Amino acid sequence: MAQADASSRGGAGAATAEVSWDELRGAIGAEQVRPAGPADAVASVAPRMVAEPADVTQLAAALRWANDAGIAVAPRGGGTKLGWGNAPKELGLILSTKRLNRIVEHAWADLTVVVEAGVTFGKLQSALAEHGQRLAVDPLWPENATIGGILSTNDSGALRLRFGGLRDLVIGVTLVLPDGTLAKSGGKVVKNVAGYDLPKLATGALGTLGVITQAGFRLHPVPPSEGRTLTFRAGSVSEANRLIVEMQGSALAHTSLQARAQHDAQPEVDVRFDGTPAGIEAQCSTARKLAAFAVETGESAEVWNARQELWRKADSSAVAKFSVLPSHIAAACETVRKAADKGGMKWRIVAQGTGLGWVRLEAPKPEHIGDALATLRAEFEKDAGSLFIAHRPDGAGAVDAWGSPGDAYPLMVRVKQQFDPRGTLNPGRFVGGI
Amino acid sequence: MDTRILEEFRAVVGERGLISSAEELHTYECDGLTNFRVMPEAVLLPESAEQVQAIVRVCHRERIPFVARGSGTGLSGGALPVEHGIVISTARMNRILEVDLTNQRVAVEPGVINLDVTGRVSPHGFFYAPDPSSQSVCSIGGNVAENSGGAHCLKYGFTTTHVLGIEVVLPDGSMVHLGGRTLDAPGYDLPGVFVGSEGTLGVTTKVILRIVKRPECIQTLLAAFGTTGEAGAAVSGIIAAGMVPAAIEMMDNLSIQAAEAAVHAHYPDCGGLLLVELDGPAAEVASLMERVNEICRSCGATEIRVAQSEAERAVFWKGRKAAFAAVGRISPNYIVQDGVIPRTALPRILEEIERLSAAAGIKVANVFHAGDGNLHPLVLYDRRVPGQEHAAEELAMRILELCVEAGGSITGEHGVGEEKKLMMGKMFSEPDLETMQLVRCAFDPLQLSNPSKVFPRPRLCGEKPGRYEPHPLEVAGIAERF
Repeated sequence: MAQADASSRGGAGAATAEVSWDELRGAIGAEQVRPAGPADAVASVAPRMVAEPADVTQLAAALRWANDAGIAVAPRGGGTKLGWGNAPKELGLILSTKRLNRIVEHAWADLTVVVEAGVTFGKLQSALAEHGQRLAVDPLWPENATIGGILSTNDSGALRLRFGGLRDLVIGVTLVLPDGTLAKSGGKVVKNVAGYDLPKLATGALGTLGVITQAGFRLHPVPPSEGRTLTFRAGSVSEANRLIVEMQGSALAHTSLQARAQHDAQPEVDVRFDGTPAGIEAQCSTARKLAAFAVETGESAEVWNARQELWRKADSSAVAKFSVLPSHIAAACETVRKAADKGGMKWRIVAQGTGLGWVRLEAPKPEHIGDALATLRAEFEKDAGSLFIAHRPDGAGAVDAWGSPGDAYPLMVRVKQQFDPRGTLNPGRFVGGI
Repeated sequence: MDTRILEEFRAVVGERGLISSAEELHTYECDGLTNFRVMPEAVLLPESAEQVQAIVRVCHRERIPFVARGSGTGLSGGALPVEHGIVISTARMNRILEVDLTNQRVAVEPGVINLDVTGRVSPHGFFYAPDPSSQSVCSIGGNVAENSGGAHCLKYGFTTTHVLGIEVVLPDGSMVHLGGRTLDAPGYDLPGVFVGSEGTLGVTTKVILRIVKRPECIQTLLAAFGTTGEAGAAVSGIIAAGMVPAAIEMMDNLSIQAAEAAVHAHYPDCGGLLLVELDGPAAEVASLMERVNEICRSCGATEIRVAQSEAERAVFWKGRKAAFAAVGRISPNYIVQDGVIPRTALPRILEEIERLSAAAGIKVANVFHAGDGNLHPLVLYDRRVPGQEHAAEELAMRILELCVEAGGSITGEHGVGEEKKLMMGKMFSEPDLETMQLVRCAFDPLQLSNPSKVFPRPRLCGEKPGRYEPHPLEVAGIAERF
């Protein structure tokens, strides 16, 4: 088993026994380095040490030292999604970006911000709000999640439908490579095609290519009013899917659109409108006409927390992200229902109009969950979709977190080898064992 | 070129698909940037991805550099042939392969013309959003290479925003699929890196695009100001009011004159002209348009017109979209530049451009995508006047330096290509550029795909692709990789 192997060679393995951690202390200051505790484990793999560099120079020095010493490194921001991905094949050092916590420049008149990776999303949004602006993403656990972690895990929610994903909002990154190189790409203007788009490469790379230390974003104005959310109950998942496709194909300019379905209730569809009061009013009435075959059940913005709510029962359940064509959301729900029924599981789904969705499987016996997830993945992949398993409960067995990266996998391996030839950063945690 | 290899190419693409006579090759010696010219050894016009693959395999085996070319409208020399190399034209790969209106996706071959995508889906109320001014002739493959923008990318984003998947023939002749029909395919965001890589990472053979539903209502306002400074203040006012218009375009007096001479858009004769387009639900657009009107008036607009019909709206845009070509009416030669600045630096940079222009005795007309700070200074000169071309080139590069100094970029949508590769060093440090080249080495270790572009100098990728260094733990037999 991957996890058992990793812990025997990662922490107290032969290589790390020869390591002089004093060198690291000498390089960045003894007070920035401490022994790891149980809370620092990554997918049950225990690191030896935790470094919290005070600035980017120290961070580069620490990473370079680890790379030279053959110590595997896991970068960490707020630690909210540290378990995402496969268990590391080895792990010596947690490299925390926590102290890189400055908002470098909020050029509000230009609708851009440059921010250090360790800034929490909550802190950033409060600062931006002073000028009536926001980064138009809705990540999980915004109070603790950091910019670096959100980017590295590509975590976006219901706002993606209107504003695009992180890849569409990030305009620049600074990366520290394993050899200590500090590399900037992109910039701080919203339109820029000079050189390769490394901000996109770093987004969703789970810290396997370099450590993000700074990022620039395009911002959006905070909507002028509270906005309005309408919820409709559909007779079936097919009806819910039909409503989503029809709204997407209409001239409505909704901010978010999602379907919620679960084992013991009829599916619901939520749609949100922002803008001027007149615009919102007109759109609500159009939406109601489109949804004439469904029953309007409420007007609460609470429904947008549904994605985060899926994580409530994390001890006994698996949580996974799926991606399907928007017209296949109903089919995805049916696939989940069948797989769950087979193992006597409860299930719940939150799917956005983009075709991205999240599913929770809750089982009395965790060993059934692994089989169900494998079935789901196989079904989704049959038609261009995918399934990323973000969380599985203890005892669910070793299931690959990512699924098939397709025929570009050898190219991905070459990219990894170029950026991280010694396999220092998060070894084994990304697709195909990268 | 070796006749044996020419025969091999001929066998792949047929007689009609191979151009090797000197007079015919002249058509391909430059792209939209005509002051750089290189004669290719041959031009190949494949009709399928398999043919592209066969061509690239030969190139790889023989170490022949190749340059992919769409319609050749690029403005930075990206499709300029390279010495001893061939050109792979995608002109005959021009089929729209699949239209999925329900999921708002279209699959096309790279030679499909940008506007033809919109043409195909507009009867159903959709459009393809990226709209470079050359959209009636430029190809999707070229748009992918350059990450083309256009006037409406302020709201809708760039080519990269609308590309979901790409089929690519890598420089070693293998075929890969980056991204796909659904979002967030597992693994690195390679479509994100490939789009805008200016043909240096491989040849696009198929693209899955996102199309967008046409908004319920589109309104376009034209406002005349005494100066570009006043017009700029209005732009700031609109942005500060929390609006994201579909487009905000600005033209100065010289470019207005040129546009008038060329297409008679009936623009007012003024110091600074703004075009503001809002789209969305009718009720929303109506109330926001009133705000824009107020802001323009308070910033000193001398004349405001709102297009009353689709025809009038088209005329508003015609002048703007024709501006580059129109400058040919008022100057025998000109350089189009493509700098980006933080929008708020606009007044300062314009003043500086004016100063430099006066000092050099060379006129500069200015056209901007004002909403996102993308400047298109048009540096006017006469090649017949000794020294003027050189002075114009110097001035154009000095303007780009100003953009970099202001925290901006040397290119917003035209690409680095051949023209601006030496400017890359002004914007990025050596380690920044070395890091970008790591991507190049992963895709194209032999540097066969559009070599000598984008970067100031090539990087040696080592003897073999992706040189592998074993981890010390592997050497020690403690760990293994899969």
